[in-house]
Amino acid sequence: MMEVTQSGSAQHAAVLREFGCEHSLLSRPDGSASFVQGDTTVLAGVYGPAEVMVSKESFDRATLEVTLKPKVGMPGVAERSKEQCIRQTCEAALLTRLHPRTSITLSLQTVHDDGALLACCLNAACMALMDAGLPMHCLFCGVCCAIDQQGTIKLDPTAKEEKESRAVMTFALDSTDCRVMMSSTKGSYTAAELQQCIAVCQRASESIFQFYRDSVSRRYCKA
Amino acid sequence: MLCCVKEKIGEAVLPGDLLAFEIQKSENKTEKLICGPGLRRDGEDVFVCKSGILRHKEPNLYWIDLQQRRYVPAKGESVIGIVTAKSGDVFKVDVGGSEQASLSYLAFEGATKRNRPNVQVGDLVYAQFIIANKDMEPELVCIDSCGRANGMGVFGAGGLLFKVSLGLVRKLLSPQSEIVKDLEKIFPFEMVIGLNGRIWVKAKTTQQTLIVANILESCENMTTEQRRSIFGRVSENVL
Repeated sequence: MMEVTQSGSAQHAAVLREFGCEHSLLSRPDGSASFVQGDTTVLAGVYGPAEVMVSKESFDRATLEVTLKPKVGMPGVAERSKEQCIRQTCEAALLTRLHPRTSITLSLQTVHDDGALLACCLNAACMALMDAGLPMHCLFCGVCCAIDQQGTIKLDPTAKEEKESRAVMTFALDSTDCRVMMSSTKGSYTAAELQQCIAVCQRASESIFQFYRDSVSRRYCKA
Repeated sequence: MLCCVKEKIGEAVLPGDLLAFEIQKSENKTEKLICGPGLRRDGEDVFVCKSGILRHKEPNLYWIDLQQRRYVPAKGESVIGIVTAKSGDVFKVDVGGSEQASLSYLAFEGATKRNRPNVQVGDLVYAQFIIANKDMEPELVCIDSCGRANGMGVFGAGGLLFKVSLGLVRKLLSPQSEIVKDLEKIFPFEMVIGLNGRIWVKAKTTQQTLIVANILESCENMTTEQRRSIFGRVSENVL
């Protein structure tokens, strides 16, 4: 079941690319989802709460493992750093204390990377965790923005725009108050520009959360 | 997002939604509210922790109806388990959860220390959870509180075991299940349904067993009309 929607914001000509998602497309994992933003596509699969190795188990909470595989080649340091960002965001959103001594495994596969990869991974991860029925106390979404050489803020940049910009930022925002849960930034920018970017991303996240709501109600009301 | 609960009954809700109940504070009456699966209490608030449809049963029971595939053991539920090991006085049983459950050999009808039950590794057992919470290893028994088997125990000579989603299993086990009624009309067969998503079926011939298994696996995503048309075609081909 695919859905596509678009949204816009007046300031700085900041418009999110067309995004869409698909639920439960894989048969083996407990939950799976694919998220598409423009041309960037990420596939996520969740297994859990499942058996955990004694060396990794935690007595009071579930152990979350995230694996991100790039489209070509072996996973490198960049993938490891993205995995840590995603893992920390998911741990903050999941109610891990409800399943102690278990493991939750989240596997992400980059199908195509055309910019805003970390944001797309976060969105796919959130949809897959919801699809698996894991208890969460809030939802989260990822929004990416770039500041180009002239100082204009461009929302949801493509890979070409990311290369030409002087700073690229990705934020994970929560659904209850749209506050920043995780930020990953690269490049040079002033403190004022950071605050502006956060404000632009918060406005854009509202459309992503509305999309989550519409896609869940379409999925359940169809069944 | 704060929303009034009456509007949301029957609609999809997302994790993080706060539900507001209209409580009339009058004359020291405290209203009792039962939060089922998918709802959690945080101080004075009730919030949703899983995405699904909000359901309500009079007078005060609310829960979230969701489609899940991974089973989490809960006390009192009857499940189909596969015996994986015999260690001392206890059988280790795989129920599809995060941990293996333990089943004592005394928890069978008529079992004593001298008279051990005839259970081998690989057998299917239909048992009930007596202990199932997040902090302890789950425990199963094959007797009810009076000491009778009541349908539980080892079963499964012949037949086929397969896995479906938890939502389908709950639909099949509901009192007036249409799927079961339609299936009964096609041909006679035996079925054991475990709340952990496992179903065992056995019909007179292997082909009929496979037909029933395939129908049940595909029932999940069909509407009533599609299901009736498939059942009609199958009964025409069989007869």
